[in-house]
Amino acid sequence: MSVRIIRTRDWADPVAPARREVRTATPELPDDHKPPVLFVPGFGHGAWAYAEHWMEHAAGRGFAVHAVSPRGHGGSEPAPRATLRAYAHDVVQVAAALPHQAVLVGHGAGALVVAHALARYPARAGVLTAPVFGGWATLGLALRRNLFGTLPAAFGGRLRLARRQLFSRDLPEPAARGYLGRIGHASARAQWELLRARPPEQPVGDPPVLVVGTPDDRVVPRTALDNVARRYGGAPLLFPGMGHDLMLDARWQEPLDAILDWLEKGDH
Amino acid sequence: MSPSTANERFDPSTTLWRDGRPVYDRRDTVCVVGAGASGLAAVKNLREHGFGVDCYERETSVGGAWNWRHDRSPVYASTHLISSKPFTQFPDFPMPDTWPDYPHHSQLLSYLERYADHFDLKPHVWFGTEVVKVEPAEDSSWDVTTRSSGGYGSERTHRYLAVVLANGHNWAPKLPAYEGIDGFRGQTMHASAYKDAKELPGRKVLVVGGGNTGCDIAVEAATAASQTWHSTRRGYWYLPKYLLGRPTDQVNDRMLAARLPLGLRQWLAARTLRLTVGDQSRFGLPKPDHKVFETHPIANSQLIYHLGHGTITPVPDIRRFHRGSVELTDGRHIEPDVVVFATGYLPRFEFLAPEILGADEHGRPTLYLHMFPREHPTLAVTGLLQPDSGLFPLVHWQSVLIARWLRLRDRDLERAAAFWSRASADVGKRWNRARVKDSTRHWFEVSHFDYLKALQGALDELTPATATARSAR
Repeated sequence: MSVRIIRTRDWADPVAPARREVRTATPELPDDHKPPVLFVPGFGHGAWAYAEHWMEHAAGRGFAVHAVSPRGHGGSEPAPRATLRAYAHDVVQVAAALPHQAVLVGHGAGALVVAHALARYPARAGVLTAPVFGGWATLGLALRRNLFGTLPAAFGGRLRLARRQLFSRDLPEPAARGYLGRIGHASARAQWELLRARPPEQPVGDPPVLVVGTPDDRVVPRTALDNVARRYGGAPLLFPGMGHDLMLDARWQEPLDAILDWLEKGDH
Repeated sequence: MSPSTANERFDPSTTLWRDGRPVYDRRDTVCVVGAGASGLAAVKNLREHGFGVDCYERETSVGGAWNWRHDRSPVYASTHLISSKPFTQFPDFPMPDTWPDYPHHSQLLSYLERYADHFDLKPHVWFGTEVVKVEPAEDSSWDVTTRSSGGYGSERTHRYLAVVLANGHNWAPKLPAYEGIDGFRGQTMHASAYKDAKELPGRKVLVVGGGNTGCDIAVEAATAASQTWHSTRRGYWYLPKYLLGRPTDQVNDRMLAARLPLGLRQWLAARTLRLTVGDQSRFGLPKPDHKVFETHPIANSQLIYHLGHGTITPVPDIRRFHRGSVELTDGRHIEPDVVVFATGYLPRFEFLAPEILGADEHGRPTLYLHMFPREHPTLAVTGLLQPDSGLFPLVHWQSVLIARWLRLRDRDLERAAAFWSRASADVGKRWNRARVKDSTRHWFEVSHFDYLKALQGALDELTPATATARSAR
């Protein structure tokens, strides 16, 4: 696969601007050697999902961190007809506005958005956590795990994720209910695009890519994790006993520390 | 990715000699001449491919042509982009989507400054340093001699693995010779010296040249001067900046994406212009003697508007100058106070022996893909293009190609030799489907679509073997 440089769609039909929510946490002692990190939430989630635990902790370790809500998510402008391309555009826009070359971290379908963004922005590194790269197998699994939450989505309606898909039993019930109440939904078009699973183009600038997940994920099967990791020439880093929402689940700190260690060690 | 320290840069133990002068060996480092858009893209992409880079810039900041703070910058106060944003930005560093379709030149400069900061390029740029000489050295390396801008201080010579020339082609004014111009009483200036409409109020102005600059200045003069004439050699197609509710170049690329053949696109464009703008000869303009897309596109919505208001008077070419007047080819005499020559610029490589770039009898380089001279695989030119779109996407992929090429030469001599022998067959080939009208610049006029297609082919050929293996797994 080679980098496609004739991009008539990007040229002739650029994505329209949208007001985007960006949350930022800066370390008390900024470390110039650490790249800025941009978190990208999955479908239905917003920047808030990272603001809950991950941003503060990463800032505490000396990283300047940001989280963007793609259009139609969190505090960003509503966008009922947004495409995956528009979400990736939002990520690239925010990344390019940061003072230095950033690391992109995506979760769930947000990892696919990051994978698309990596083809349009030479990130310092990419991190795909519990990546949902889509395809009909994803739908099959979701239907098996959560028939009535998923069925409407297959017909262009709302996707409703269940507690047992997203969180482990370790997460206290009120917290889980609170998070579930805040989860919205992506546009119907983007949901369809997820099923069609257009593979992302090759990343530009050859960034190192880390895949992080959990074998007990009820949204992303283990084989899907392996496939995504293989795509980028590696193996997934696994955290057993967690739910799909790694950044909200009870043991949120373990995967984050592993990601930050990887960033520090690799000098990305 | 820490910037190299001064000690690393000049290791006295590696000193070589050339003509009795010391040459400091920079070994695997690549030299980039110029820190404008093309130079910055080269620095970024060479660094991304793992090369050390020394970039020399004669001004004290980045931006090249867009750096309006220095004298050689061709921009004037009202310069806006001619191609819309998506065609103008680097493909991997978009401009803010809140910017207008056609940003102002000061936004372009801030964009380039942000690009340099974002990718941490400035530690690799030697500002206030000009390149005096670039000479081939042993083993296809290059000796580059530099000194402080303005000629102060001593000269230093460094030896480089390769040299990328990104010195731009919009800074050396081209002035046509006219009979009697020395005796002309009025003021004459090249567009490069024109900065602002403040110089014009109350004066009678003749603007020469039908290019984008000429049209822009004519439009400015129309709002400031007491009278404005606009002299062009031939009729041009003046495209409005917006057509069918979209930036015009985006409409054109939509047709390209639909794979419409050139002839049909030319017919459609001419038809659309006829229906919207109407017959240009009604405004006193000569009928274009060529089809759309056969000269460099001129995007100017206001020229026709001012012609319609009578604030610009179109006139033909100049025959000669008299003491108090200008004689036109139709025999008319006009009496301007100021004549602005928007007659373009010429590329110049005075630090390089002309035969190195394979210059022909007119001094035009003969290059493969407008980049590589036949005899020197470690020398490349970037940005020597006049595309029918913005330049930055093209120079970006040019510099990616250079980086990949140098990598391949380093790692796989056999594949490199195969590529070079195939490339040699295409030296001097032009990348434009339309038959471009002759002018001093037409030889580097390219269609962005055709040119990028050729670049795509070359890039695919140079894809590193490891990457192919990885994506095949």
